[in-house]
Amino acid sequence: MSREQIAVERARKAFLTGRSKPLEIHQLKNLANFLVEKQSEIADAKKDLNKSEVGTQLYETLGLEGEIGLAVKKLKEWAAPRPVEKNLLTISDTVYIQPEPLGVVLVIGAWNYPWAVTIQPLIGAIAAGNACVVKPSEVCVHTAQVMETLLPLYIDKELYPVVTGGVMETQELLRQRFDHVFYTGNSAVGRLVMEAAAKHLTPVTLELGGKSPCYIDKNCDVPMACRRVTWGKYTNCGQTCIAPDYILCEPSIQEQVIQEVQKSIKAFYTENPKSCPDYGRIINQRHFKRIMAMSEGSTIAVGGDNDESECYIAPTVLRNVKPGSKVMQEEIFGPLLPIMTVSGLDEAIQTINQGEKPLALYVFSPDDKVIKRMIAETSSGGVLANDCLVHYSVSALPFGGVGNSGMGCYHGKFSFDQLSHLRACLIKQLKMEGVNDMRYPPHTAKKLGWARFFILKNPDLGWLARMGLLACLVVVAAVLLQNYFL
Amino acid sequence: MEDPSSILHRLQKTFRSGVTIPESFRRTQLQNLLALVQENEQLILDALHKDLSKPKFEAFLSEIDMVANDLHYTLDNFYSWMQLEYSSKNLATRMDKCFVRREPLGVVLIIGAWNYPLHLILLPLVGAIAAGNCVLLKPSEISQATEQLLAELIPKYLSKDCYSVVCGGAEYTKALLENKFDHIFYTGSQAVARTILQAAAVHLTPVTLELGGKCPCIIYGHIDIPSAARRLVWSKFFNAGQSCVAPDYVLCSAEIRDALLPAVRQTLKEFYGEDARAGPDMGRIINPHHWNRLMELLEKSRGKVVMGGEGYQEDRYIAPTVLVDVEESDILMQEEIFGPILPILTVKSLEEATDFVNRRAKPLAVYVFSDEHSVVTTVLENTSSGGFCANDGIVHMALPGLPFGGVGASGFGHYHGRWTFETFSHRRGCMMRSWALEKINVLRYPPYSDSNLSWLRWATSAKKSWISCSIM
Repeated sequence: MSREQIAVERARKAFLTGRSKPLEIHQLKNLANFLVEKQSEIADAKKDLNKSEVGTQLYETLGLEGEIGLAVKKLKEWAAPRPVEKNLLTISDTVYIQPEPLGVVLVIGAWNYPWAVTIQPLIGAIAAGNACVVKPSEVCVHTAQVMETLLPLYIDKELYPVVTGGVMETQELLRQRFDHVFYTGNSAVGRLVMEAAAKHLTPVTLELGGKSPCYIDKNCDVPMACRRVTWGKYTNCGQTCIAPDYILCEPSIQEQVIQEVQKSIKAFYTENPKSCPDYGRIINQRHFKRIMAMSEGSTIAVGGDNDESECYIAPTVLRNVKPGSKVMQEEIFGPLLPIMTVSGLDEAIQTINQGEKPLALYVFSPDDKVIKRMIAETSSGGVLANDCLVHYSVSALPFGGVGNSGMGCYHGKFSFDQLSHLRACLIKQLKMEGVNDMRYPPHTAKKLGWARFFILKNPDLGWLARMGLLACLVVVAAVLLQNYFL
Repeated sequence: MEDPSSILHRLQKTFRSGVTIPESFRRTQLQNLLALVQENEQLILDALHKDLSKPKFEAFLSEIDMVANDLHYTLDNFYSWMQLEYSSKNLATRMDKCFVRREPLGVVLIIGAWNYPLHLILLPLVGAIAAGNCVLLKPSEISQATEQLLAELIPKYLSKDCYSVVCGGAEYTKALLENKFDHIFYTGSQAVARTILQAAAVHLTPVTLELGGKCPCIIYGHIDIPSAARRLVWSKFFNAGQSCVAPDYVLCSAEIRDALLPAVRQTLKEFYGEDARAGPDMGRIINPHHWNRLMELLEKSRGKVVMGGEGYQEDRYIAPTVLVDVEESDILMQEEIFGPILPILTVKSLEEATDFVNRRAKPLAVYVFSDEHSVVTTVLENTSSGGFCANDGIVHMALPGLPFGGVGASGFGHYHGRWTFETFSHRRGCMMRSWALEKINVLRYPPYSDSNLSWLRWATSAKKSWISCSIM
């Protein structure tokens, strides 16, 4: 048996013992302790992406600590039976939805925020009572190593094994049967994951990406908008699934946008971002080359300098970009910010709708009507008006894609629900059999009439019937009061 | 027959025009669908009778009324389902607006099945329309009469630009699946489900699979035998056992089996008379292929037939049949029976029963009959299934508030009532950030400093229960 097979078998055996099911928040609290106690080892793994320690905390572990806190606080409520409305025939029965664990979940992480996108689904899996095999991205060599060595010291290593490896090991994992596969990454691999899961009829959650457009209305506070966009774009060197991929704005403000972005770049990353500890690097040479190739054919307005030996690309802005240019063909996932000019909101919406549905959509405008139109006439995983990225951190909002940007969602309670089975439960008694008579054969017209009355809801009578019922109840109450209490 | 790609192209164009979005449009279409069902009752009954010899009673209760019921429920409520759902706010997001917007997915494909050929395709349609999508309907070609009727009636009542019906067999469906849909809703078998999922993976299309499985019926403990027998017989032989949630087999002790058999015999006589074939209340098997399949199962089974067992090829009739002394390895226990054959297996304890169930693939429903609350709870807590019903069969399907769907091999996703609407919607998380409070944003910008981080950590610390999202 392969190493992967063994890990999955062990996780399933551990799940079948039932020990992941009770609402002990023990494992979640241990996970929280891990994040706090091993802060430096986690940040040390910044070697992978040249993230500063503060950057790692801010963008990776802070969110996780919040999610764990929320899960610990709310678990009892999320896992409780959820009552459901009844009809006349089931008025004396118990009807509810019982959330249950699915079984063994596979979480495949990504390399850009290796902690956030690998551990956050794990939190949901644990909260929902599942066993979970964690497969960190092999691209982040150091992070994967830290996860593999340290996580088992804090959380149950049979229930939540960390399996490291590359493409071959991932393929071997995907040959096993899981009860849910949660994948974060790109659409090409997303398709392969879904196809592999299809053999076992396994449901999947795919958190993919896309070109998240950013529309800047000419009437907005351009300096403030640009500051927020600059932060959203160049954090993690643009390697964020919800980074504003490209800007759409009217030609009249293009120069101002370029200047303001340049100002913000300087304020954030100094005159020389290469030597600034707060500016990251491209993950590896393959991606470096990919991003550099994308800039071909476009005019550089800001930045452009690069150093292959360090996988460094300066924060770059491209002006007057055309829809057919290389940089507009696929998700950039790097520090290139193309600006495409449009004649107004109409053309912006048209341009956005020509592409695949993105993971996020950004619109900067002081006018609510502009924002509303943008939302109503486009589709995307999520929307954020007047800022970038931060909707990710609102646990009350479902985070996920649509169309090519993915399927399913998570964060907060959504993680719990995504990795649970919502089982419909109807508990009846064996008495009151008389009521059932009308549904049994031999079928007579009279019985059918009664059965249809009880089952069929007729809206024309709805209000009238409710009023009628209320009137009857009032009369009955009056009679009772009169005879027995007064 | 029109090429599927061109039909899809037409539906996509219509969807992009935005005509399905307004509430008034959706309401009109739903009302028209209700009219379709109400004004064509006799035609529907005739088609269902032709396909399955469905007794009028069953056709009303499980087909016409199920659709009408869901339509009424949806018409009453879908407007509220369409509304923005605002998220709870906290100190950090007081100046912002966070809400979830439910949006249509686009053009969705609904593939029906033959056992309840009307409701299995129209119920998903109700939610798809309410959610604002355009729909391509592909009814099962096996229930031909209903398929033809739907192809004829749908264009008469619903907008032809938004909703199309296509008819065809396996090859046609394969060609259909090469196109990109925004959601595929499939009811049917596991084998076909795999091909559908694989085709969907190419386009990253989300899927809902309503499959089946062997729904066990555990009868244990202190029990009112006559009532249990009636409910068991009703839910098993409804539609001649061709229900995805029919109790497939019974697990009980030898004593209960001995008490149950005469009650079942009595009930069968009460329900269907001495000769079920002569009466109007017993359905027929859908086609010769399935009739042969079932008769072969009976022949090859090593169990003992104690009731029924006869079959007549000319009208695809199989008598309500009960077998005892069936072992786990019996041929009847290999696949979903989907017919009027009820094997009874004996177990010595409740644990043995739940272990038995857990050794097998997760079914669409688990049933338990018992007067003892602890027995019901034990079965509920120790098994997993799409749905669960204690002391009755099938009826949990009729409650629009309950999500109807499978888990594991019985499928994923769910529908009925609001759940259908949600299945065909995208929940878009929206946040409108205020322009103010830029001073707080400064904390998150580089150059990063430990003191800024400390402020942010303080503000987002989980101990502060009044803040549930990080400021960032």
